[in-house]
Amino acid sequence: MTDVEDPGDGHPVPGSQVEPVGAHGTPDIPESRLPVHHPRRTDIDPRAARRVERQVSLLFVIGILTPIAFWLEYVYIPRDKVINVPVIGPTSASNFFLGLTMGIGLFCVGAGAIHWAKKLMPDVEEVADRHPFRGTDEDRATAVQLFEEGTENSGFLRYKMIRRTLIGALAATPLFALPLLKDLGPMPGNFLRYTLWKKGERIVTDVSYQPLRAVDIPIGGLVSCVPASLPAEQDASGNQNEAAKSPVILVRMRPAEIKKQQGANWDYEGILCYSKICTHVGCPTALYEQKTHQLLCPCHQSTFDLSDAGRVIFGPAARAMPQLPITVDSEGYLVAQSDFHQPVGPSFWERG
Amino acid sequence: MVLLFAALVGTGGLYSALTSTSAQATSSDASAQEISHGRQLFLEGCATCHGLNAQGSANAPTLIGVGAAAVDFQVGTGRMPLARPGTEAETKPVIYTQTEIDALAAYVASLGAGPAIPSDDQLDLTGTNLQRGGELFRTNCAQCHNFAGEGGALAFGAYAPSITTATPKQLYEAMLTGPEQMPVFADGTLTPQQKLDIIKFITTVRNEPNPGGLALGRLGPVTEGLFVWVVGLGAVIAVAIWIGVKVS
Repeated sequence: MTDVEDPGDGHPVPGSQVEPVGAHGTPDIPESRLPVHHPRRTDIDPRAARRVERQVSLLFVIGILTPIAFWLEYVYIPRDKVINVPVIGPTSASNFFLGLTMGIGLFCVGAGAIHWAKKLMPDVEEVADRHPFRGTDEDRATAVQLFEEGTENSGFLRYKMIRRTLIGALAATPLFALPLLKDLGPMPGNFLRYTLWKKGERIVTDVSYQPLRAVDIPIGGLVSCVPASLPAEQDASGNQNEAAKSPVILVRMRPAEIKKQQGANWDYEGILCYSKICTHVGCPTALYEQKTHQLLCPCHQSTFDLSDAGRVIFGPAARAMPQLPITVDSEGYLVAQSDFHQPVGPSFWERG
Repeated sequence: MVLLFAALVGTGGLYSALTSTSAQATSSDASAQEISHGRQLFLEGCATCHGLNAQGSANAPTLIGVGAAAVDFQVGTGRMPLARPGTEAETKPVIYTQTEIDALAAYVASLGAGPAIPSDDQLDLTGTNLQRGGELFRTNCAQCHNFAGEGGALAFGAYAPSITTATPKQLYEAMLTGPEQMPVFADGTLTPQQKLDIIKFITTVRNEPNPGGLALGRLGPVTEGLFVWVVGLGAVIAVAIWIGVKVS
């Protein structure tokens, strides 16, 4: 405190030993410590104040006119008209003018309010005292006394049976919620553990649903595929639940390049079939690098080595990409040997 | 290698069944003179890495069976000859004339059957289905090349290039041959018609105007987020400072 001088007006420096206490029990702030108030031009010159009044009103009038202009633009600018705006480039005229008009309108209302507050509203610093939270000792004693009287009068301590049953009733209240929780929906059951893939299910290309022969897929090839029964299943169920679980990718590499698979003979002549659903949070994953055999997920950069049993080599995924065992049917088309041997996609609570 | 050959022969066979020209036809049509010219150019510019007989080396893959389309794509986009070994072959100004590229392609095609350079008839986009092309693009291409073909990052320094300036022929050749890390989309998995649908989509979407104005590279949330954080938040801070400034 040595470098702070006593202002010498009878008020000691805050923080020193004796502090005079104000009306509300807080130390007074010395007048000299407040910033000096310089009057603004609008405080002394009535013409300046009138001018600012007109400026603020003009900004607010713009706030009235722009919504009308917005409405006219909405009606009269053709939706498909494109204009060339400097810096921004070719832009939809409708979007550009609607946004510009709305931006100007909202900005002018805000700017008017700020201008008003800064130029015309009082700008004198006001000190608001901070009050202590603690009540007086008298009030505190009264409160305790009232509580004790209430306890005594209600007989909460005297009538044991009432007290215990009330506590019991309160404890039982959460039981109301239990049946309601059940209504949150049926349990998922086995739904997350199985997909449409089954023994003999044909592997068809996504979008065009063409069945594939081994010869169709070159070394270094990648095909996004779904089970052949998916379109019919979607029509029947009316939802895309199966489309969220069953997509797979087919990749082909030289058999000698396959270091490891998730099961013996799960490939067909170097064609490997892996789930397309990332084991981290379930993004569709098809960024396949044909030279390194790495499969990259675009969401969080989980990287799987498809030549090494789908092992995770980078990123947050905790499990290898599930492999689907495949073979060919009597007509030579690629089919699944069975369903996936583990649930596909992200982990879930009951997965174990 | 045998399998690759079998697959490529199978692809070529299917191809010739669907179209009049084929890998075999092109290689047999190419004159012996063109092939010998191509071999000369190959020995001068390519053999250091790819070997005297294009058999490949520790630094470069074999070119036997890659086909004329691969040569036309790699040399025609300036990726080859390589400036320096790296994760990706970068595009550079093309240093060979189209005649020289055709000669190189004819020589490589004479080494083993592979995908041929698509003819102008094969690249005729009339009657293509833009909407189907969009679906196929989003299923097969967008994961690496971005929804508008702007390209994107892959793992460990590799990247998928922007395809907004690629010609229909280059797009077709890339699908057919799978350059760099790109998988091969042979005619058995994407039919020639489907390839043309995809090319129609790519060449259409690149010329679409941006209704919102500044496209910010059409990269989605990365550049848009950066713009909002820097320009948008900067404007908000500027206004906040203006609100706080005292007036006289």
